Amino acid sequence: MAEKQREQDKVTAAEMEMLLSHHIEKKVQGNSDNVKIHVDDLHKTYNKTLEVLKGVSTDITEGEVVVVIGPSGSGKSTFIRCLNGLEEITSGTVIIDGNNIADKKVNINKVRENVGMVFQHFNLFANMSVLRNLTLAPVDVKKESKEKAEETARKMLDRVGLLDKADAYPHQLSGGQKQRVAIARALCMQPDIMLFDEPTSALDPEMIGEVLVIMKELAAEGMTMVVVTHEMGFAMEVADRVLFMDQGIIMEEGTPEEVFKNPKNPRTQDFLNKVLEI
Amino acid sequence: MAQILGKYGMLLLQAMGQTLLLALLGLIFGCILGIIFGLMSVVKSKVCHAISLVYVNLIRGVPMIVLAFFIYLGVPYALNQFFHAGVTLTALTAGTICLALNCGAYMAEIIRAGIQSIDPGQMEAARSLGLTYWRSMFRVVLPQAIKNMIPSIVNQFIITLKDTSILSVIGFPELVNKAQNVIAITFKSFQVWAIVGVMYLIVILVLQQVAKILERRLNYGRKAKRAR
Repeated sequence: MAEKQREQDKVTAAEMEMLLSHHIEKKVQGNSDNVKIHVDDLHKTYNKTLEVLKGVSTDITEGEVVVVIGPSGSGKSTFIRCLNGLEEITSGTVIIDGNNIADKKVNINKVRENVGMVFQHFNLFANMSVLRNLTLAPVDVKKESKEKAEETARKMLDRVGLLDKADAYPHQLSGGQKQRVAIARALCMQPDIMLFDEPTSALDPEMIGEVLVIMKELAAEGMTMVVVTHEMGFAMEVADRVLFMDQGIIMEEGTPEEVFKNPKNPRTQDFLNKVLEI
Repeated sequence: MAQILGKYGMLLLQAMGQTLLLALLGLIFGCILGIIFGLMSVVKSKVCHAISLVYVNLIRGVPMIVLAFFIYLGVPYALNQFFHAGVTLTALTAGTICLALNCGAYMAEIIRAGIQSIDPGQMEAARSLGLTYWRSMFRVVLPQAIKNMIPSIVNQFIITLKDTSILSVIGFPELVNKAQNVIAITFKSFQVWAIVGVMYLIVILVLQQVAKILERRLNYGRKAKRAR
């Protein structure tokens, strides 16, 4: 069964051509001189022995959509979690909008207000209705009035097509709906940057589409996005740049054309052979 | 039976009042201690972990009757002997301290386990939105943890209520202590202990009903309990 599913997930050569050529048009163009995320020689070691990130460096500019791909255990989730300080940085620098979050003196909560994150397992607050999930942070952190926060929240819910679920509780929603709410929740803080940590990996196949559609819209609107995913189709269609990570470093990076059509690194070729049908 | 109730019923009811007072005080301070030490065992600091661990293990490792004698007799004796402090503790004060320390240790464990049972993703999601650790704890993690903790907390409340009977040994005029007095006068131990037993039973059954209502209230839109 699982094997069959994996076969279906594979992207054929023809589809790849199509996806690459249909690379989405950006409605809003970011300023590509403006570096939003600067990562330099990032190391992350767990328990002083397990080195997960072994020196990652990259710059992500305003409006850029960067998709991180790679095998399990390659450090891609750890990498994205370092970008908003959910993982303590062992060494190196991560500068978000001019704030070095590896520096303990920087107020990480202030930085996080502008960096939305979407998780693999949604992590909606189980004790709150959908609307409260969306208004918690704007009211609590940004000190918005409840009315204003709810107005924004309803706008965002409408945008992800779930306005009718405002009063529902997370356990009453399907996986796809939960993830759309999670995206709306992050958007309510009006972030400049959105991080997606395998947003579709915990979803049933038929629900993946509804989440990807919203992500594509966000990309088209010029949101700066970092996406860890196994959805190669999404990477081809949406990414401005693809990072291939393995063994704690960026093995290869480039436009989707470059990485998917002419991978230079043998590890990339090997990985892509496994996930693509070429 | 009716004769005893008629003659000593009021006395036993008053004693029940004292029992409830002691239990309430013990629970209030016990909950405060439990929250403090419970939170200390989930924060990052290793020093906090160690302090909490020592407290919990110390109290859990000593029988409450020993603790009661130690606080009521031992501590004032030592203070007076070595520091000439002139301290005397009332049975109520000593009883409350003893009960609170005891209840606090078990509550700390309940709270620690309750918090740790919540998916860490809940905390991460709250933090990723810019909430501080403590705001995330109080707005997101604790409300969910408390819901899971309620059966254990109610259990602990009942145990603490019953543990007040141990404090009869330091002469606090609670139900068991007074019952012994009544028996000393009437020699009707069967009837008196039966009455006392039923009195405890009634109070605890009422407490359980209140807890059930509370639990239902905290079900966040879930209509009935179901397996998850």
